[in-house]
Amino acid sequence: MSFNLSKTAQGTETNNADLVMRIRNLKKSFGDLQVLKGVSLDLHSRENLVILGRSGTGKSVLIKCIVGLIRADEGEIDVLGYGVRTLSTEKLNEVRMQLGFSFQHSALYDSMTVRQNLEFPLKRNRGIFNQSELNELVITALQDVGLEQTAAKRPDELSGGMRKRIGIARTLILKPKIMLYDEPTAGLDPITSTEINDLILSVREKYNTASIIITHDISCARQTSDRVMALVNGLAQAEGTFAEVKATRDPELAPFFNY
Amino acid sequence: MKLREIFVSAESIFRFFREIIRQTFQPPVEWREVLRQCYAVGNKSFFLVGFTAFLAGVVFTRQSRPSLSSFGAESWLPSLVSQAVVRSLGPLITGLICAGKLGSNIGAELASMNVTEQIDAMEVSGTRPFSYLVVSRVIATTFMLPLLVVFADLIALYGSFLTVKLINNTSFEAYFNEVAGSIMYLDIFSSVIKATFFGFAIGFISTYAGFHSGSGTAGVGRAANAAVVTSMLFIFIIDLLALQFINLFR
Repeated sequence: MSFNLSKTAQGTETNNADLVMRIRNLKKSFGDLQVLKGVSLDLHSRENLVILGRSGTGKSVLIKCIVGLIRADEGEIDVLGYGVRTLSTEKLNEVRMQLGFSFQHSALYDSMTVRQNLEFPLKRNRGIFNQSELNELVITALQDVGLEQTAAKRPDELSGGMRKRIGIARTLILKPKIMLYDEPTAGLDPITSTEINDLILSVREKYNTASIIITHDISCARQTSDRVMALVNGLAQAEGTFAEVKATRDPELAPFFNY
Repeated sequence: MKLREIFVSAESIFRFFREIIRQTFQPPVEWREVLRQCYAVGNKSFFLVGFTAFLAGVVFTRQSRPSLSSFGAESWLPSLVSQAVVRSLGPLITGLICAGKLGSNIGAELASMNVTEQIDAMEVSGTRPFSYLVVSRVIATTFMLPLLVVFADLIALYGSFLTVKLINNTSFEAYFNEVAGSIMYLDIFSSVIKATFFGFAIGFISTYAGFHSGSGTAGVGRAANAAVVTSMLFIFIIDLLALQFINLFR
């Protein structure tokens, strides 16, 4: 399934033959608080789209709506040609298997070792129980994130950066087409953050993924983005390359870049 | 609590119940995980249930003997103990111990997974966490409680026998012949059915509390607490209802 034409959040018409995600006028409220006030975005094949914004602007809510963890109130979410909001649970799970979601706090299963964390989706989603095949896939995924020596460790024995990497490896093992990173560098030191940013770029190269990277970390946005969308108070305030968004004189965004 | 919140909670509980029933009978059921949980449930409670049942058998026998002796009815002791153990003490002790041990364990474990987004991680990878985490645990507690009750009954009766033997030097055969003669099939059947409901209640309440925990570590504590307290309360309610129902057949 493919898309024809769409507009970016700023209204520019683009050729969308390689569009993998299309969101239009997405709205979400929690009680009286409207968190998303009509967000629209496009994501193209192999593109890294950074969604930048301060805490509480609805960034995480946006990607949770994309994977169906939070039900949006209004709007369209098309992922790989499927309208996520109207899918049955079974169909939604099929779409989810093509999405990789890296959680802010990694969300590793703490009752399992690293190996078991990686084997879990293979056994349950792919029905792979052959131990040699599992070993090969696990080791490959761990090598891709540079942590093949940690297979026998438990999550509580790992540093924050290692946990992030293992979380990414667990999603990569299912060979997703789109990666969603929720605050990938939050709580990490600058050196580890840079390593995670490099990993995000290398994942795109090795797995040909398109990615949405949710962050408030300017250096992460600069290093990983092909395109940046600034989210302010639940609305896309600016969109373009990092330099273009940085150059906007929007009073809401300027302090963010000058900090 | 406002009336609207009560209705919202009731609807949430009903949906959770309906989902458990639906996924229990709709393949694929997570049999590997069910077996793992059955082992965990049995293994976690085996020793504690056995030890407590043994003590209950000994204490009940020692407390009942003087009263029966004063009426010259000491020979009724095996009959009295066996009926009390099988009809009420065994299921109740097992239910309460499992409510405490399994309820807190399941409630806290699922709440902790909820708080740390592990359940969300399963959900977004398409791995059906409800079936894996909830249905498997509810099936495991529902199946294992009756087995634990039968085990508890036997251990309690053995504790009672040892007590009687120490005092009267009664033989094993004599004691258990008396026990077998006084227990009806209805007693055993009702005990097992009651335990099945206890097991379902513990599994259902604990997984619901864990799955719907609030955020943060306080949420984990509240979930564990709610799982234990509500499970215990429901065990007494089920016990009372079961007693009323079974009396219709006596």
